[in-house]
Amino acid sequence: MNKLMVFVSGLLFGAGVTISGMVNPMKVLNFLDITGIWDPSLAFVMAGGLIVTLIGYHFIFKRLEPFFASSFKLPTTKSVDAKLVLGSACFGLGWGLSGLCPGPAIASIAFGRSEIYLFVASMAAGMVLAKFAQRRFSLA
Amino acid sequence: MAITEFTPYSALIGGALIGFAAVVLMLGNGRIAGASGIFAGLLTFEFGDEFRWRAVFIIGMLVGAAWSGLFLFNISTIVFSGSSTMIILAGVIVGVGTTLGSGCTSGHGICGLARFSLRSLTATCIFMTVAIITVFATRHVLGG
Repeated sequence: MNKLMVFVSGLLFGAGVTISGMVNPMKVLNFLDITGIWDPSLAFVMAGGLIVTLIGYHFIFKRLEPFFASSFKLPTTKSVDAKLVLGSACFGLGWGLSGLCPGPAIASIAFGRSEIYLFVASMAAGMVLAKFAQRRFSLA
Repeated sequence: MAITEFTPYSALIGGALIGFAAVVLMLGNGRIAGASGIFAGLLTFEFGDEFRWRAVFIIGMLVGAAWSGLFLFNISTIVFSGSSTMIILAGVIVGVGTTLGSGCTSGHGICGLARFSLRSLTATCIFMTVAIITVFATRHVLGG
């Protein structure tokens, strides 16, 4: 692991979610409100992110390994299962209720708003709870 | 509810930066730049190398956001929606959902789609659809 590259990646990520406007829950909710006061901006965030990543990954995966690690650590599960479907639906519900998803929410800690502290703390609790439940009922 | 301005250029530039973040992390360290997964890995409180790189990434995110908030983005435009109870509820649901679903908007929606992952395509379609239905229900059916 090269910590400088990790830091630079985090830096770009934090700047990206901020500049794109994703840190504004109202903008996210308006993007999702396709029959109301629709703001299509976030489709452009997705497009910009996807184009750069598609091209980047295309060339990166021609290499046998990353610069500073022995291998690419990619998800090994390939099948679509009930856990993925249920979890994604759950995430969609929470995202639609608040306009907040993990990346922009974590980055927004930097802006010092109490709503974000509440959200991130609750999200952390939800993550711990879900991990515990997965282990308890051996769903992992 | 408040109208927000359509901002295609800053959206595209911000999106591209998120893309570069994903590229740098994969090229340098072979990891997926998924915010929920990176953050959740901190909650084990096992302070080894796994913990450290994740912490460095999050610190980078905070510095990047703070810097952009000072010079490039007007943070006073940020408007939250819903009561504190609603924000707490949504936070828990997002935490549970991204853990069971193995990812969020960045991990599935950007990195996963760029790897042509069927799981990520499924996840992205589901969370986008459910989020759109949720906003429709809260704003136009229940009245927000």
